[in-house]
Formats: sequence, structure tokens, C-alpha cells
Amino acid sequence: MMQAQGKVIKYGDNVDTDVIIPARYLNTSDPQELAKYCMEDLDKTFIDRVNSGDIMVAGRNFGCGSSREHAPIAIKAAGISCVIAKTFARIFYRNAINIGLPILECPEAAADIKEGDEVKVDFDTGEIINITQNKVYKSTPFPQFMQELISANGLIEYIRKQLGINN
Amino acid sequence: MGMTMTQKILAAHAGLDKVQAGELIKAKLDLVLGNDVTTPVAIKEFNKIGVDKVFDANKIAIVPDHFTPNKDIKSAEQCKYVREFVQEKEIVNYFEIGQMGIEHVLIPEKGLVVAGDVVIGADSHTCTYGALGAFSTGIGSTDMAAGMATGEAWFKVPEAIKFELKGSLKPWVSGKDIILHIIGMIGVDGALYQSMEFTGEGVSALSMDARFTITNMAIEAGAKNGIFEVDDKTIAYMKEHSQKPYTEYKADEDAVYTKTFEINLDDIKPTVAFPHLPDNTRTIDNVGEVKIDQVVIGSCTNGRMEDLRVAAKVLRGKKIHPYVRTIIFPGSQKVYLQAMEEGLFKDFVEAGAVVSTPTCGPCLGGHMGILAKGERAVATTNRNFVGRMGHPESEVYLASPAVAAASAVAGKIVSPEEVM
Repeated sequence: MMQAQGKVIKYGDNVDTDVIIPARYLNTSDPQELAKYCMEDLDKTFIDRVNSGDIMVAGRNFGCGSSREHAPIAIKAAGISCVIAKTFARIFYRNAINIGLPILECPEAAADIKEGDEVKVDFDTGEIINITQNKVYKSTPFPQFMQELISANGLIEYIRKQLGINN
Repeated sequence: MGMTMTQKILAAHAGLDKVQAGELIKAKLDLVLGNDVTTPVAIKEFNKIGVDKVFDANKIAIVPDHFTPNKDIKSAEQCKYVREFVQEKEIVNYFEIGQMGIEHVLIPEKGLVVAGDVVIGADSHTCTYGALGAFSTGIGSTDMAAGMATGEAWFKVPEAIKFELKGSLKPWVSGKDIILHIIGMIGVDGALYQSMEFTGEGVSALSMDARFTITNMAIEAGAKNGIFEVDDKTIAYMKEHSQKPYTEYKADEDAVYTKTFEINLDDIKPTVAFPHLPDNTRTIDNVGEVKIDQVVIGSCTNGRMEDLRVAAKVLRGKKIHPYVRTIIFPGSQKVYLQAMEEGLFKDFVEAGAVVSTPTCGPCLGGHMGILAKGERAVATTNRNFVGRMGHPESEVYLASPAVAAASAVAGKIVSPEEVM
């Protein structure tokens, strides 16, 4: 069973991929290098205070703007185990699923969860448990095809399976 | 229940008679696109798949345009990595410095997209080609890798919003003002996961350049794609630029739209998006006193001939404000040459502007015009997010080429009428 648990780092609406990873750092695609600058233009303290397993919570239209996959790569490499938002911009949504960064759309949880809350996520049931506030929220379930992508650990593994490549 | 233009194109590429909004489908791709920032990541993912060849060496286009001519050693390494992949896989549509342009200006010019095509590009502004009546959308590097290997991509069939254009534009008002007006009206997530379909009698008066500008910024409203109905101008453009056969799709009369907006073009005024979101718009009569340090004219949004012509018309015989740097970026080598032949560069240089080789450079804060802390730019680009053109405490105001050129002269944001 896939689960995540961690402390919440919370942001607002329309967090764009330029602030998640500014273009001045896109001359590399090394995940660890990108992680160093993750969220830099929005929150300089992020990279110092993030702990492995932490959960990012945000408002509407998370990941809007540029298609740079470097954005979910940087978030994942920074140690974030899951992103919960009211809504995601569509390219970010695809990219996160494709690279295996778990994301959940849940307006109720995104509104209710506070910075620093301890939150547990069960990806099989879509349940989000706010341990600090003793509340449970239900996220929008993924369509079956996307569940297959997620359980294959991303698009590349899914395609390898489809093409029957085992090497 | 009828289908929208987008739904019809997707159905045809999924081998289905009919699709419905929300359905997940797999569609055949007519073109897979990447640039020098997104392709290196795509190559790494492609290599993990374990296929030797790309699905079709003619249906992949790679354009090094973001950090080129290379701004530093790391960017040069990324381009070299891409170039080696291109040579090894014998990818036909690779455009090296000297041939290249800003991808979304270049690709239509090269005739690589026509009406009815399905295109994915690892660049969010791939939605530009909807101006030609194609389904075209931005995706990330992993989708690009999968597309290069299989020639297919998965899509959730989108719902759509209809924009019915009526009337015609007033002087100094352009495609940029139309799309800024629309984004200001519906918000940066106003078309999230949806198509923006542009139709109505007002379309016929819009040039192809104006249409490219409008669909280019569909992503700035969160849309999956923007698309125009094909008309005589689209057909003339395709015949001039492409040998590829095209298919024209019209929405069914009973196609379902989540919303319909009637846009009266006569009512649209020059519009400026203030920092830090493209939906933070004001009409030119409400901008107040905004002093500026830099003007950028060009980009995949406004780097075409119509854009440079109007900028030159405003700047001709005038002097740019002494404290303003004005940088002009033609969108492609073809645009560059044409602008040169028309004498526009003389107007720019005599006014005190510089003309650059085509590059995405300053639009994304890459190079060729980065802002210092506290500086303000008027740009004909597409995004004004925090730190987009440089320092996180700099500011970008999005506007049309006419407003940008007039502002360069005035040293503050003004209407072209104020300097003409």
C-alpha cells in the first residue's frame, strides 16, 4: 500500500513553475542540483526547512506556466513526498504523474490544512488524514488509466511494459 | 451530442468515430517538438525506454532556442547532447543556429503543422499552432520521450469554451490586446483543462500573425489548447508554407461548450497585464504612471512581421527615452531577413534600439536582457511571473508591440496615440 506522511509546507494560489525552479537554473537537468534552488523565488527558506517526506499543500492552479519537467523533478528531489492542491495546471499534472511524484486534487484539504500540520496520505483510497487537526478528507480519485501509470511508477515503465521490453 | 473542433481532431487521431469530454484516449501524433531545455531531459527518458529508433524521423522537430546562441558552458553542453542525439537518430527537422527561430514562430513557417494535425511539444506555448486549426498542446519531457518512441500520446478529451468574435479592431489594437483582454476576463485558470475555440465573423479580419499571438497565450488561461476555425487566410498560409495535406474540422452545431463568450472587437482597448500574473490586466487608459527601464519586443508571442512592422511604425523618426534599453527579437531568420529588407532595422537602430538574433533569451530570464532588482520592463512576451525576466523583485508588464514601442519612447507605459 502506497502511503506518505509528513509535515506540511503550505503555499497559495497560482504557484508557477518559474518560482518552483527559476529558468536561470535550467542549464542543468540534474535533480539534486535543481533541488538546491527549488521554490527559491517564492520562499528562500524552503530548501533549508524541508525534510524528506514533507507534504506540499497549495491552492488553485498549482504549477501553472512553463512545461519544464524540472519543476516536479526539483520538488521530488527536495524530498517532498506528495503535493496536495485545490487544482493543478494541466502540464504540471501530467508531468508529476509521468515522473512518479504523487499529487492529489482536494479543494477541501487544501483549504483546511495549515502550515506545519502532520498529514498522512493513503494513495490507494485517496484519503488524506490530518493528524494534527484530527480530520479526514477525500481526494478526487484518479481514473483507472492514470492509476495504471502511477502503479507502473510513471510513463516510461508503463511504455516499456506495453512494448514488452524487459531488459 | 455533437463534438467541438478539438474533439473531432482527437477522435480522428484515436481511430474513433466519436469522443466525449472526460474520456481518456490514445492519439497518433503528427509532430513531436522539443527545445534545448526540455529535450535533454526527454533524451534521458527516451534512453530508458530501450528502443533504438524514434517512431518517425520526419515527425520530430527539435529547435535549440532557449539559451542559444549558448549563454554559458552548461547550456552549450545541453545543446551538444541534443545535437548528438539528433545526428544519431537522424532526426530531419533539426534547426541549428543560422536556420533556427523561436520554435513557435519557426514551426508554422517551415510548414510542419497544418490544420487537423495533432501536435505535442515539450514547451508550454506549443498551443500556438491552434491558429492553423490543429490540435496542439504543451507537454513535459517524459511525454516527449514517449511520443518520440511510440508516436502516440494519451489525452483526456477536453471540454471547451467558445469565443465568438464580432466586429473589427480599432487602430493600435492587436491580437495581443484581444488575448490579454480575454485572460483578464476569465483568469489564469479560467480555461483550466479546457479548449479555447475561437470562431465568429470577427475572425476573418484577423491576420494569421494575430491568430498565432492569441492561441500562443491560451496556456496563460490554463487551457489545454486554443484553436481557430480554418478560413481562406489559414488556407492561403498553409499553401504558402507547407506541402502537407490538411483537414478542416468545424464544430458540430450541437457541440457542447461549458461557456460561450461574445467578444466585440470594437470594444477592445490596448491592454497591459501588470505584475505578477497575465490576468492582472488594465486597459491603457487605466495604467497610471509606470516608469520603465527596459522594453522587449519579440518572442514566440509577438516576434512576427506584423509585430515588427507596427513597432517600427511607432519608432520611425523618434528617439527612445535615454534611460530605456530597447531590445528587439525577430522570431526567426525568415522574419529577420524580411524585416531587414523592409528597412525596419534602420528605424529600430536610428531610434536607439538593438536588434538581436532570434532567441527566447529575456522572456524567461535566460540571457540577453536580464532585469536587476527593482527594474521594470514592458515586454511583448507572455508571462510576468515573479522573477520571470530576472531578479525576483523586478517587474514585467505584458503589452502589444505598439504599446511597447510607444512606452520605449515615452520612458513610461503609454498608448501609441500619445507619441504619434
